[in-house]
Amino acid sequence: MPRVVVDVMPKPEILDPQGKAVLGALPRLGFSGVTDVRQGKRFELEFEGELTEQVLAEVRQMAETLLSNPVIEDFTISVETPVAAVEAVE
Amino acid sequence: MKIGVVTFPGSLDDVDAQRAVRLGGHEAVALWHGDHDLRGVDAVVLPGGFSYGDYLRCGAISRFSPVMTEVIEAAHRGMPVLGICNGFQILCESHLLPGALIRNDHRKFVCRDQRLRIENTATPWTSAYDQGAEITIVLKNGEGGFVADADTLDRLEGEGRVVARYLEVNPNGSMRDIAGITNERGNVVGLMPHPEHSVEELTGSGADGLGFFTSLAAAVLS
Repeated sequence: MPRVVVDVMPKPEILDPQGKAVLGALPRLGFSGVTDVRQGKRFELEFEGELTEQVLAEVRQMAETLLSNPVIEDFTISVETPVAAVEAVE
Repeated sequence: MKIGVVTFPGSLDDVDAQRAVRLGGHEAVALWHGDHDLRGVDAVVLPGGFSYGDYLRCGAISRFSPVMTEVIEAAHRGMPVLGICNGFQILCESHLLPGALIRNDHRKFVCRDQRLRIENTATPWTSAYDQGAEITIVLKNGEGGFVADADTLDRLEGEGRVVARYLEVNPNGSMRDIAGITNERGNVVGLMPHPEHSVEELTGSGADGLGFFTSLAAAVLS
């Protein structure tokens, strides 16, 4: 089954208090060297059948209208090859 | 006047808003998120709370509820709409108001009596106040930080569309201390603090919020 992944991230200029909280917690756990953390959302959309250009255009629409708020967030869309298919190729 | 108050799953302040509407001298009409029906009301209040559990983003799912289709259409025709807190978030997600509301910069939920200045008294929700009036009403939010790009902020300020501004303390990191804004036409107002909780002396925070609910009659009659 094809899977489309939509990653949504707060725009660089938008304050990300959650990312800041994670950044603050890392040194307390003994992890050093991280200079910034941004927290976003990942959506995995499963489809039946083939991923046509039309389906991808629809995903774009979903991302613009519901999955992200374009005022404060950017998104990227990627198609994930199912693990089974990768094994079959090898 | 008949003023509708929408109840979404997760609304908290709908009953207080209905009460404030009645104290303001109007008939409160309960509206349901799942109905394509405004039941003949003259104005709509979107109350505070955590509609749809704040899932995805605050207000993001409510925006697509059946009743919001009607509210958005009515707002475009000029019907007065007031969104309080979660209602403000829904109005931004609906693109009836510009900008967005993000998590408080200090990351904590804030609950306090907040001092505000009313900077636009031309809206149907604020006409009962004197220009520049300083009031104190309840504020309670976790994601109340108003953000917009610089051009939008400049336009809001330039066109006098900042309805209310935080005084003394900026409680949530809102840009330019903005507590409430209106649309170009002036009929849609979004406000992060809660005037509906400050309508009676009995309950502690005073009655400074009542003006939001008495303004309508004056605005419509004038």
